[in-house]
Amino acid sequence: MTMIQLRRRKTLWQIFRWPAVVAILSTVGLLSALLGDGIWDGLSWILLAIPVALYGVFLGRSG
Amino acid sequence: MTPKALRRWSWIHKWSSVICTLFMLMLCVTGLPLIFHDEIDGLLHEEVKAAVVPEGTPPANLDRVVVSALAAMPGQVAHFLIWDRDDPNAMLVSVGKTIDANPADNRIVRVDAHTAAFLDAPDVTGRFTYIMLKLHSDMFAGLPGKLFLGLMGILFCAAVISGVVVYAPSMRKKRFGAYRNDRPRVVRWLDLHNLAGILLVMWTLVVGFTGVINTWADLVLKMWQFGQLAEMTAQYRDRAPPAHPTSVQAAADVAAKATPGMLPSFIAFPGTIFSSKSHYAVFMRGDTPVTSRLLKPALIDAETGKLTDSRDMPWYVTALFISQPLHFGDYGGMPLKIIWALLDILTIIVLGTGVYLWLRRRKPGESAARNLANAAARQAALTS
Repeated sequence: MTMIQLRRRKTLWQIFRWPAVVAILSTVGLLSALLGDGIWDGLSWILLAIPVALYGVFLGRSG
Repeated sequence: MTPKALRRWSWIHKWSSVICTLFMLMLCVTGLPLIFHDEIDGLLHEEVKAAVVPEGTPPANLDRVVVSALAAMPGQVAHFLIWDRDDPNAMLVSVGKTIDANPADNRIVRVDAHTAAFLDAPDVTGRFTYIMLKLHSDMFAGLPGKLFLGLMGILFCAAVISGVVVYAPSMRKKRFGAYRNDRPRVVRWLDLHNLAGILLVMWTLVVGFTGVINTWADLVLKMWQFGQLAEMTAQYRDRAPPAHPTSVQAAADVAAKATPGMLPSFIAFPGTIFSSKSHYAVFMRGDTPVTSRLLKPALIDAETGKLTDSRDMPWYVTALFISQPLHFGDYGGMPLKIIWALLDILTIIVLGTGVYLWLRRRKPGESAARNLANAAARQAALTS
């Protein structure tokens, strides 16, 4: 990463857009298994596994 | 954000975390096995199995179930008759020394749902899961312990929210998910803390806050007793308890007729905390994941066997019912339990790295902030 990029400060939108997506998907995941069975349970598993998976991906990528 | 506002949020984040972290670590560690309490109990403790019967076998008369349970526990009285959610072949009878004894000390008697044969009545108080549950819910300190942990939960929620605010300035120059594994530990652990913290915001807030609501369960029950239940049974206030209570089975039948399409969840006997001294309270439930959590009582006069009243629970009880699965993670099968456990472990990482960062900050003569500044300066010198 060059110094020019480093100096550029990110906006709040840039900082929070991905965390916001994760939060919204988590909310849907928390609710879906409550509202239905079968496919709704499956949706819940996938959506709530996203934060765990991202943590692993980012740690693996690192640098 | 102004530097002053940022300092204020940092202060909130620091102190709300410092106060609650040790208790939150305890809650996360004891909560982990509790996610799998059924499986752990099944593994550690033998259980007499109910007879497996062909589908369509009629259930035993409920009065026989109660008689059978009480015969096995001489000197005790029945408080609650419960349909086992996980095992349709078994019924549970919760018994206590007297009708007004604290049900927290009750013994659960298992009875075969079809033959009404006594199965077992294990003493669970020495079990690993019981100890974890007591530590997790009130630290063996009763209602004060519960309310104290609720307060810690509120501080935890404050720490999560203030954590989101202070996340912004620390990410000004980093991309989402940055983990600088070539840097000193304090930088790496700050990244681990920020990353897990921000990924888990919604889950930690929901599990944290629903946990807080659960600590108020006793108070919610009291509110219902003195509110809706008192209202429904007002005309019975001055009556003596029924000398010869009517049949439990008949009460269940009347309740089922009054609440079409609903299934029985449990029956509270006259004089227990979930009913008046003159009624069987038959709690009915729905059959979807949400509605199965929502209970609707039908009050049956234990002298005449007639329906007195049946109403939906007030909003504050409904809120408690809905908050329970969201805290326990027991509403989406084994995969959801495993994900719940992984999210719990990530929360432990957030708490642990948080403690470390705070301790580093407290070292006299150097602050983590200065360390970061120094490290950044070194990096800049190297790259320029």
